[in-house]
Amino acid sequence: MSWLIVALIFWLAAWAANVAMVRSKWSETTLVRFVVPVIFGLTLVIAWEALVHAFNVSAAILPPPSAVADTFARSTGMLWEDFTQTVLKGALRGYFIGAAAAFVVAILIDRSPFLTRGLLPIGNFVAALPIVGVAPILVSWFGFDWQSKAAVVVVMVFFPVLVNTVQGLRETDAMMRDLMRTYAASYFKTLWKLRIPAAMPFIFNGLKVGATLALIGAIVAEYFGSPTRGMGFRISTGVGSLSIDLVWAEIVVAALAGTLFYGVVAWFEKKVTFWHPSQRG
Amino acid sequence: MTDTAISADNLSLTFQTNDGPVHALKDVSLDINKGDFVSFIGPSGCGKTTFLRCMADLEQPTGGSITVNGVSAREARKSRAYGYVFQHAGLYPWRTIGRNVRLPLEIMGYPKADQDARIKRVLELVDLAGFEKKFPWQLSGGMQQRASIARALAFDADILLMDEPFGALDEIVRDHLNEQLLRLWAKTQKTIAFVTHSIPEAVYLSTKIVVMSPRPGRISDVIENPLPAERPLDIRDTQAFLDVAHRVREGLRAGHSYD
Amino acid sequence: MTKTALSVLTVLAAIVVIWYLAVAPMNIRVALDQAERAGATIDPPSAVERREMSSWVLMAKNRDYISEGYALDRPRLPTPVQVGQELWKTTGAMVLNGRTWSKRSLIYHGWITLQSTFWGFLLGTTIGIVGAIAIVQSRVIEMSVMPWAIISQAIPIVALAPMIIVLSSQVGIEGRGFPKALISSYLCFFPVLVGMVKGLRSPSAEQLDLLKTYSASGVQRFMKLRVPASLPYLFTSLKIGIAAALVGAIVGELPTGAISGLGARILIGDQFGTPLAIWAALFAAAILAGVLVTLLDRTQQALLRRMGMRS
Repeated sequence: MSWLIVALIFWLAAWAANVAMVRSKWSETTLVRFVVPVIFGLTLVIAWEALVHAFNVSAAILPPPSAVADTFARSTGMLWEDFTQTVLKGALRGYFIGAAAAFVVAILIDRSPFLTRGLLPIGNFVAALPIVGVAPILVSWFGFDWQSKAAVVVVMVFFPVLVNTVQGLRETDAMMRDLMRTYAASYFKTLWKLRIPAAMPFIFNGLKVGATLALIGAIVAEYFGSPTRGMGFRISTGVGSLSIDLVWAEIVVAALAGTLFYGVVAWFEKKVTFWHPSQRG
Repeated sequence: MTDTAISADNLSLTFQTNDGPVHALKDVSLDINKGDFVSFIGPSGCGKTTFLRCMADLEQPTGGSITVNGVSAREARKSRAYGYVFQHAGLYPWRTIGRNVRLPLEIMGYPKADQDARIKRVLELVDLAGFEKKFPWQLSGGMQQRASIARALAFDADILLMDEPFGALDEIVRDHLNEQLLRLWAKTQKTIAFVTHSIPEAVYLSTKIVVMSPRPGRISDVIENPLPAERPLDIRDTQAFLDVAHRVREGLRAGHSYD
Repeated sequence: MTKTALSVLTVLAAIVVIWYLAVAPMNIRVALDQAERAGATIDPPSAVERREMSSWVLMAKNRDYISEGYALDRPRLPTPVQVGQELWKTTGAMVLNGRTWSKRSLIYHGWITLQSTFWGFLLGTTIGIVGAIAIVQSRVIEMSVMPWAIISQAIPIVALAPMIIVLSSQVGIEGRGFPKALISSYLCFFPVLVGMVKGLRSPSAEQLDLLKTYSASGVQRFMKLRVPASLPYLFTSLKIGIAAALVGAIVGELPTGAISGLGARILIGDQFGTPLAIWAALFAAAILAGVLVTLLDRTQQALLRRMGMRS
């Protein structure tokens, strides 16, 4: 019971603190913008801890965050090995290959309005499909190691980046294109100096979507066969052998990796498209 | 070589729309001499912008012919014979003011040192020295438009085509820019074709005022402006100025059928 | 419109041609192994030697057997026609035989997946809309929750999926329907949330001021301005949301040893080494996604037209 009361008091205190901060004159500062969601996240973790203790939930069902943190600290070596296998080898390599391929195809197809018109609806449709389903096929084609995981990621990342790049290249302001015409600028000069920079906000949209998909692809592909390491491998065997705290530690790694990956892409977006109204605000 | 900078002969342009053909321009003939400042004025739909875009080879006429510096509009564009200023500044938001002015110079392959010298010179010309490092969105509308004029002046084109460049600005800023533009024209000796829908602006700026009327787009009057070359802003209160303005207004009324 | 259709058809035709061409090099090894077992002389004769050689060399040396690659039972890459036949065999033909709801029928499995998708969509949309209203109404909620909503999408749901299934079965929830719907709603709520926040904030300051001059109450401003203004945004994000819900339902079936549903067909096809079953299930999923998005699109157009808006 005492656990529940502690959690409730913490929740109320944290919420009051957040309300006070948001109402204060510092509400728009970076610090408050950072602290408020962190406090909210903390309340969730503490509520989880309290509920597990209050209801005596078995660690085989749902371990408390403290136990997860403990397992995390004890198995950093193994977690790092899995991280290397899944994220650095599978997801990142696939992401770069997929994004680069999509960009190149978008540039190639851009010269033909006919093909662009045909590709855009198809690409949009395919981007909405459950492409993760190709994982078993690609695992059987490329083997159990990271190559097959990267291949799944390539296919998943390719379409969102392609569609957004093609869209972005089409959406240049008519007046700016006229301006390039008055300079008698060549196709490539117009592409390089006007259309690619103008398409950057779109391209980064695709890259951000791709960043969230890359880890999903790499982990799912491991469910269909992998060497004896990798986050997906550890999760599926961990569930089988009831080492649930290790599974949660892997989930924490996946969450951190996913957030970090997305954060890095968003950071680059801010650097590259600083001029766009959505980034100036 | 003649003294004619731009010459249109029976120029026509017809757009095909779902409601049938629209005659944006019909049998328009006009000569613009080197060093002239010619204004085009008329109600919307009279084809003044279309005419300017034909000179710039941004529209393809469907009849007649147009020459710029004695060659076709297309060749003139390819030889970068003119600078074009649009109604909106259209500066690239990802480039600083300095790099926006540099854009045409990069495309046309000017050497680096020359680029720097030209940027410095034209930004001084439009009173924007010291703003090279600013981004367009950090500047007021009037300053952005001045930067876009600087961009059009940066390379060696002796013709300046301006499509309602001050149309989106308030009147106080517009007066100021008009004055600056006149001084700039005197200093650079360029040929300027200037589209506007403001009578005082046309009378104040031009040596020649072309009045146009719609449906079909055509020239209804060409007025030689008798005002002296030296024009302070308060010339607009003189009788001579008001007389020219009156003639323009008459021309506009005659061309407009109010049907 | 017809111009677009022509372009789309051309691109589709190009994809099919490339697919057909790719079948030969992809399947040559399997075809040669099969021919060898049937007693044919292959160059080189042993599978071990062949492993060292590229597909192109093998094709050049054994031209007669290239065509065999187009009619394998267990191809690495089936032809479009094979996939089509498999799809018909497990759907249309089943209906004709009166075995629509057989365990081998993709209609049955599609129905299972569709149910999870539907509940996930419903749950995700509700969370998305309620969350958006809360965020628009309260600055504290916006600052506390919005960053986590974004982070939630960066967390790979597939890592969580097995845990959600273990948890819900331990808590005593029967069957896989609920955990699948939960996973599906996890992917579905975010686009709806973002779209609704944008939509509820879309009225201009002038429009809001107009209602203030009528001294309209907060509820009136919300119902008479913000809600109708948000509808076009809502539908656009619902279309993304339903596709995401389907992805979620299938992801929920993939890693967890499910036995029914399109994701389970993919899983079983992998375990039993029947690639045609995987391909048929993938295409069934694609068709399902197309149907769902088209349905929502039609509803959107009909509804917005009745409201006098254009989509």
